Amino acid sequence: MAKVTMVEAITLAMAYELEHDPSVVVLGEDVGVNGGVFRATAGLQQRFGKERVMDTPLAEALIAGMSIGMAAQGMKPVAEIQFSGFIYPTVDQMINHAGRLRTRTRGRLHVPMVLRAPSGGGIHAPEHHSESNEALFAHMPGIRTLMPSSPARAYGLLLAAIRDPDPVVFLEPTRLYRLNKQEVEDNGEALPLDTCFVLREGEDVTLVSWGAMLHETLQAAAKLAEEGASCEVIDLASVSPIDFETILESVEKTGRLAIIHEAPKNCGVGAEIAATVAEKAIYSLKAPIERVTGYDIPMPLFKLEHDYIPGMERVIQGIRKVLEA
Amino acid sequence: MKTVASFKIQYSQYLDAEGKLTQKKLPGFAENRDELLKMYRMMSFVRVFDTKAIALQRTGQLGTYASCLGHEATHVGIGAAMKPEDVFFPMYREYGTQFWRGVKPREVLLFWGGDERGNNFSGPQHDFAWAVPIATQCHHAAGAAMAFKLRKEKRAAVSVIGDGGTSQGDFYESLNVAGAWRLPAVFVVSNNQWAISVPLSAQTACETLAQKAIAAGIEGIQVDGNDIIAVRDIMEYSLDKARSGKGPTLVEALTYRISDHTTADDASRYRSKEEVEEAKRKEPLIRIRKYLTDIGAWDQKKEDKLLAECTQQVDAEVELYRGSGKPPVETMFDHMFANLPEGLIAQRKAAAEEGRQHG
Repeated sequence: MAKVTMVEAITLAMAYELEHDPSVVVLGEDVGVNGGVFRATAGLQQRFGKERVMDTPLAEALIAGMSIGMAAQGMKPVAEIQFSGFIYPTVDQMINHAGRLRTRTRGRLHVPMVLRAPSGGGIHAPEHHSESNEALFAHMPGIRTLMPSSPARAYGLLLAAIRDPDPVVFLEPTRLYRLNKQEVEDNGEALPLDTCFVLREGEDVTLVSWGAMLHETLQAAAKLAEEGASCEVIDLASVSPIDFETILESVEKTGRLAIIHEAPKNCGVGAEIAATVAEKAIYSLKAPIERVTGYDIPMPLFKLEHDYIPGMERVIQGIRKVLEA
Repeated sequence: MKTVASFKIQYSQYLDAEGKLTQKKLPGFAENRDELLKMYRMMSFVRVFDTKAIALQRTGQLGTYASCLGHEATHVGIGAAMKPEDVFFPMYREYGTQFWRGVKPREVLLFWGGDERGNNFSGPQHDFAWAVPIATQCHHAAGAAMAFKLRKEKRAAVSVIGDGGTSQGDFYESLNVAGAWRLPAVFVVSNNQWAISVPLSAQTACETLAQKAIAAGIEGIQVDGNDIIAVRDIMEYSLDKARSGKGPTLVEALTYRISDHTTADDASRYRSKEEVEEAKRKEPLIRIRKYLTDIGAWDQKKEDKLLAECTQQVDAEVELYRGSGKPPVETMFDHMFANLPEGLIAQRKAAAEEGRQHG
C-alpha cells in the first residue's frame, strides 16, 4: 500500500476507472499533456491516449454541456473545471440539463457524468481561484455534490461518483491536495454515496464539517480533548444529499451542534443542517446551534484569505460557545 | 495590407416560391416522385397537427404551444435526411423532424399539455429531449458527436436552433469545438427572421448566419428553408460528410415564422401584416404542391383525400392525449435519480399522501 496525497489519490481513482471501464473519458482544460494545473490528471494522457484524456477548448459551459451529450449517449465523462471561480458558466448546463434530463425523459436518458473542480482557498492563489461554491450545487435538484477531506475518501468517493449513473459535482479542497499523505490501497473499492463519515467519536458536542475545514475541526477537537471536552467529528462528505440520519443520531447523543464550513454563511449548507436539526431534534439540544463559517463577502485576495477562512482559534471559540451555553 | 484569407457563402435552392425549378439537375431523391410525395404528405400532416394544437390551446386544452407554421420544409427536410441511428437535438418546434423519426403527435401534446411523459417519446430512444434554454443543446450535440467519433460509429448529431440562438455563446463554443475536433455534427439554424419580437437585423450585423461557421473554421451553407428539396439535399450532404469523418457543417435554413412565437405571443404588436402576407406567399407547402401538380403527381382530389386522412389521424391522436389523465403525484420523484436518496423517498411519500388527501 502506498502513501499518497489527496491529489495523487484522485489521479489513482481516475486511472483505475479509465483502465477498467472503456466508456470513461477525462476532459478539461490542460488535463492532457500538462496533466492539469493541479496535476490531478498527471500521466493519464500518456497512459490512456488523447482519445480518453482530452484537452478541450477553453470554454467551461462547453465542457459541462459536451459531457452531458456524451453521457446521454453512453459515455462516462469525468470533466475538470480548472479553477473554482471558473465553474459558474457550467451552472446553466448543470441545473437545466444534467440535473433534470432523467426526470424530464422519465428515465429514457440519464447523465452519468462527474464535474470535478478545485474548491476553497488558503493556497495564495489569484483572484477567482479560491471560491467555496458547494451550496450552489447543493441547491440543484438531480445532482449529487461531494467534497472529500482525505486521500482515502477522495479515492473512494471519486470512484463512486464515476460509477454512479447520475451527475455528480466533485469539489476538491485545494488546501488539502498536498497537505498530507495517507495510505490508500488502489483496489478500486468505492465508498458509499449519500453517507457521511464519523471521523472521531465523542459525547459532548457534534461537529459537522466538510472539505478543507475538517483539518481545523479535527485539530480543534484534539485541542479541546486536552481540556476534557469530548467532540464527535462528522465529515459530511456528501454535501447533497445530506445523510441526516447519522447527524441526528449524533446530535441526539451529544445535545450540542457546531457546523464548520469555509463558504459564506448566508444560505450555506450549514443553514440546511441547522434547520433540519431544529426541525427533527430540537428537544435534544442543550444549547443553540453554532455556525463557524466564512463571511458573506467574496473570498478576499490572498493577503487576507486566512482572515476569511475560519482558523483553529475561530473554530475553538465557536465550539466553546456551544459547550458553555 | 494583403488578403490572408477569404471566404464565401453558398446558397442552395431548387424550387422557387412559384414552384418552378431553379436548377436543371435535381438531387437523386427528388427524381423519385414517391419520395417527394412522402415528404409532402408529412408537411401537410404537420400543418394539420399545428392548426389543431393551436385550437386545443385556444380552448384551454393545452398550456402554451409553439407553432411550426411556415417551417414545415426545414423540419421535414431534416427528418428525411437523417438516419434512425443519428441523434436529433431539437429546440421545441421541430415536429416535422420528430414525426418523421417516429415521435407521436400525442407526445408533443403531452409536453405542451404540462406532462413530463411527453419527453419520453417514441422514435429513436437516443434522441434528445426538447431544449427550451436557447442553444444549450448545441453542446449536447457536440458531446454526442464526440461519443460517436470515439466509438468509431458512423453516426451524426443534428441540433436545431433559431436565429436568436446564434447570439448565444453556447452556439459559438459548439461550432468551435466541432471544428477543432472534426466532429460528426450538423448545426442547423432555422432562420425564421424573428426571435419573439426581435428581428434578425437587431440580432446581428452579419449578412448571413451561415457565415458564423467561418470563425469556427467549418463549412457554412445557406439554404432556402422553404424548399424541401434544397433542405433535404443540403442535410444529406452535411450528414454524409459528418458520418464519413469529414467534419461538421452549419446549415442556415431561411424561412419565416408565420405564426406567433407561441400561443402566449401576439406578433401583430411588432411586425406588419404586409410582411406576414408576403411570407405566406412564399411558404413551403404551396411551392411543392405546385411542382407536384405540374409534373402530374398531384391533383385536388388527392389533396382533399390527404387532408381528410391527416385530420382523421390527428383527431385520433388528440383523443389519446385527452385520455392521458394526470400522472400520479409520486412520479414527480420517481426519475430524479437511479438510486433515490432517503430525503427524496420521504418527500415522495409525503407528496403522495398530500395528493391523495387534496388531489
